[in-house]
Amino acid sequence: MHPAFSVIFLTTLIGVGQGLYLALFSAQTYGMAKLLPAEDGRFFAVGGIVALLFLLGGLVAAVFHLGKPSYMFTRAWRGISQWRTSWLSRELIAMPLMIGITFIYILFQYFGWDADLYGWKVPGQLGLTVGVIGVIAAVGLFICTGMIYAAVKFLQEWSTPLTVVNYFILGTASGFSCAAVYAAWQGTAPQLVHFFGWWAIALTVTGFFTRGFALLRNARIKNKSTLQTAIGVRHTQVTQKAMGMMGGSYNTREYFHGKTAAFLKSVKWIFLLLVFPLPILLLAAGLTSGNTAPLLLAFVTQYIGLLFERWFFFAQANHPQNLYYQTV
Amino acid sequence: MTQLALVIDLNVCVGCHACVTSCKQWNTSSEKAGPLFDDRPYGEDPTGTFFNRVQTYEVGCFPNTETVHFPKSCLHCEDAPCVPVCPTGASHKRAEDGIVLVDYDKCIGCKYCSWACPYGARELDEYQKVMKKCTLCVDRIYDQTLPESERKPACVLACPTSARLFGDVHDPESQVSVAIRENGGYQLMPEWGTKPANHYLPRRKTRMHIHEDELVRADNPLKKEDIRHGTNDDFTLDDWLM
Repeated sequence: MHPAFSVIFLTTLIGVGQGLYLALFSAQTYGMAKLLPAEDGRFFAVGGIVALLFLLGGLVAAVFHLGKPSYMFTRAWRGISQWRTSWLSRELIAMPLMIGITFIYILFQYFGWDADLYGWKVPGQLGLTVGVIGVIAAVGLFICTGMIYAAVKFLQEWSTPLTVVNYFILGTASGFSCAAVYAAWQGTAPQLVHFFGWWAIALTVTGFFTRGFALLRNARIKNKSTLQTAIGVRHTQVTQKAMGMMGGSYNTREYFHGKTAAFLKSVKWIFLLLVFPLPILLLAAGLTSGNTAPLLLAFVTQYIGLLFERWFFFAQANHPQNLYYQTV
Repeated sequence: MTQLALVIDLNVCVGCHACVTSCKQWNTSSEKAGPLFDDRPYGEDPTGTFFNRVQTYEVGCFPNTETVHFPKSCLHCEDAPCVPVCPTGASHKRAEDGIVLVDYDKCIGCKYCSWACPYGARELDEYQKVMKKCTLCVDRIYDQTLPESERKPACVLACPTSARLFGDVHDPESQVSVAIRENGGYQLMPEWGTKPANHYLPRRKTRMHIHEDELVRADNPLKKEDIRHGTNDDFTLDDWLM
């Protein structure tokens, strides 16, 4: 498939936003359970604003995936109508929901609205309740994003539960890296920075295995369709002589990445390096030395790596319609 | 239930592209749907949106090769995978005649339906920025102002060899159903379970099977046409008669 930069930025940016939100919520829960030093509402409010900016950045990128950006205002509202059958429609519901709940979460944290809902005699119960709804929205959005790709059975490279798992793990890993940078920047207790940082490392290691499994699986994929089933002629020697046009068409632009096999392979090794080992080393260095700079570098490296990862994810998928477009 | 479809006979298709040009002409002149875009139609690398393409394949190894001309358009699948994925409901399959259509006023151009079509039957219009595909000339086949013989898709009317048949594949006695049943009609990429409504008729070879007995009259008692082995010089009955 042809990797569209709008979708690459959309999926990576909202991944960071959702992951950062989940990181903040876990820190809040741990703080309430007195497993970590509890932070004030301002810390979570500002963190929530950072997450919100990532989510809104994703939304802006998504606008450029529409046929015309103006369709965002004139037609995109119809996109919530087919939620019964379409994962894309479900994502179009989950994404504004996630953005809206993050905004409400920020309000509750910033103004410190609270009530002893459950009789625990611990502050922050109302904020926690809002936070739980946000967690459901964040996980739901991860599932919708992954399923958009996993549900297309014709793209066999995507049609696996690993696609959803990878969107979730890689998104949360980058979000926790971001949270570690944020906590260090805010000058919070080192325990909190370590909490975010070590979870980021654990998630990145997990992601290395789940993404690695997907790569191994895709390396030995056996395509269901062949040129024989495509045109229905049973012969071992079938070659295309003409595709019906000479100047190319949507079919030759949308479904081919247009790069060499060597380029594709190099992108794979770049993302394998930038997403997994480098951020792990930089995070570990930042956490042990107590410096913010390696943490920031770890997050930036991982995010850039994820852009390469997403590009490769799209480019690697081979659409069966390509069988019809082999020779000009 | 009605399922309108095309049946394309690969045995008689000569690859003349008349169906491609007539389709483009009819559908770019549509009053309601607007033109199908063309970029640099007379320049370098001309490109544009088409509903129908004719491709050419070579089967076999020289000198035992065969050229197959293969027209490809939307197959109007009975279990169309492009329909449920559409987030806006723009892509839909009509209940009354099974035609898969795109509502150009609802489409947001997200291309998701084209990813969900294994045949590459959908093309994005680069000017209108909406997804386009074969409509089976829905604006023509029900047009009461046309004579009944012309209420057919433009490609079917244009085909000089009558390689394209149009009709209801759910009616067992229709011309298309009979053609599929009696001439081995098949579907493309059956492995995906999309149940395409359009069918293709295979290439058919007309061979003469000539047995040796038909060349040599083994039963001729006079053996007039046989190569005479071991004949003797005595008079035969024929010689006597002559």
